[in-house]
Amino acid sequence: MAQYVVLIYEDEKSWFSGDPAEIEKGTQAHTEFAAAAAEKLRGGQALQPTGSATTIRKDGAGGFTVTDGPFVETKEALGGFYIVEAADLDEAIALAKTVPAPFGGVEVRPVQVYG
Amino acid sequence: MSAAATAVAVAHRREWAFVLAATVRVTRDLDLAEECVQDAYAQALTAWAANGVPAKPGAWLTTVARRRALDLVRREATLRRALPLLVEDEAAPPSAEHDRFPDDRLRLICTCCHPALAAEAQVALTLRLVCGLTTAEVARAFLVSEPTMAARITRAKKKIAAARIPYRVPHPDELPARIEGVLAVVHLLFTTGHTAPVGADLVRRDLVERALDLARMVRTLLPDDADVGALLALILLTDARRATRVGADGRLLLLSEQDRARWDRAAIEEGLALVRQALTRRPPGRYVLEAAIAAVHAEAPAWAATDWEEVVGLYDLLVQVWPSPVVALNRAVAVGLAHGPAAGLSALDALAAEPQLAGYAYLPAARADFLRRLGRADEARTAYEEAVLLTENDVERAFLADRLARLGG
Repeated sequence: MAQYVVLIYEDEKSWFSGDPAEIEKGTQAHTEFAAAAAEKLRGGQALQPTGSATTIRKDGAGGFTVTDGPFVETKEALGGFYIVEAADLDEAIALAKTVPAPFGGVEVRPVQVYG
Repeated sequence: MSAAATAVAVAHRREWAFVLAATVRVTRDLDLAEECVQDAYAQALTAWAANGVPAKPGAWLTTVARRRALDLVRREATLRRALPLLVEDEAAPPSAEHDRFPDDRLRLICTCCHPALAAEAQVALTLRLVCGLTTAEVARAFLVSEPTMAARITRAKKKIAAARIPYRVPHPDELPARIEGVLAVVHLLFTTGHTAPVGADLVRRDLVERALDLARMVRTLLPDDADVGALLALILLTDARRATRVGADGRLLLLSEQDRARWDRAAIEEGLALVRQALTRRPPGRYVLEAAIAAVHAEAPAWAATDWEEVVGLYDLLVQVWPSPVVALNRAVAVGLAHGPAAGLSALDALAAEPQLAGYAYLPAARADFLRRLGRADEARTAYEEAVLLTENDVERAFLADRLARLGG
């Protein structure tokens, strides 16, 4: 078995200022997914919107620059993730297809294993 | 070439995928399996020269390659624990392994054509691992440098290991979609070879041959799949015209100008039988319809005797299952041949705003032909000039320039 992270990229506006009925439906879908995939789930979180993000980079002079906003500005932003356990990529993809992402899509990344 | 060397070359062409696919089962590592298989072919050169060519060269090579693989795997067992290995279906009982040998090629080809790999990587891996081409040969096939191709193949192999793309025949639910992916790779290889997108030669014989080999292999593995049979038919029927597509002077010859007596009858007969069989499945898929269109041409004794109504009818079905602007363009051309150049032109003009056809040389080339036949020489000239600018194949460009010259000034 191996672990994969399913990164959820969606249009934030739809989640945070969209149609309340759609948002409610989306939230409900995540509750249902979490229940259905409980055996395979190893964790996951929803993130606050990118407006709450702070980016920190080295300034090249021994210090840091701290700026308001996400690392990369994109229309569909990282809004949450799940950690899942799967035997192989085919199983991980099958599981990722069931992750709700009504306002975007998801990316599957294998977790790095050391030693 | 000695008899043994010839036999090794033939076995390389015919058995590579079989031998490699079985060896990967032992190594669960593509690179190591490739090394073992190359070793086996090298040993065959001397062993077959000394002892004669074995009755079953593929089985001989598989035994030698797998023995070598077992040896290396045992010796390196401790070291290899740290390496990411290919994921396999471990549930299968080892005793059944021998019976499933033929299926290992399906594992190999499904791994190479996995949708999580980029399309160009799928084609490269298939040529490298399934067809046994060297990296240099694969690079030549796609007109990129050898280091570029080596990097592309290495990256794809790394992803297979790191993301755990499994080495197994896909689950029955997934199999149709995965076979579609395999057929797309074979089809791309064929079309790339049939009309080389760039360069001096119209046809890349090597690529066409490989596509045909692959289509035959997949057909052997999945004899009941209508789409598989149809793709093989499409390749056979289209490639049957190879000897007549270019004139003695290197000029491109249209279907209407080709000497049909020189078409490959054996390939046509084989293709027609496959099309008939594939057409019994309803509804017909993309390759079935494309092959059926190729069959109409193959069966017409002369260009003038082509059943254009039938061709238009098949294109009408094809645009439904495969709504591509290029298919719509071919349909428009068929409409013109069935109902006259004015009808063809209006069908073509309906596609003028299609963004995917912007920059596609066949659209102005087809317009130019209908305009010429309608006696609208000035407009035809403009359209031919546009087509000449857009094509990057030298043989096609020469053809268009010749048409343009014939229109006069």
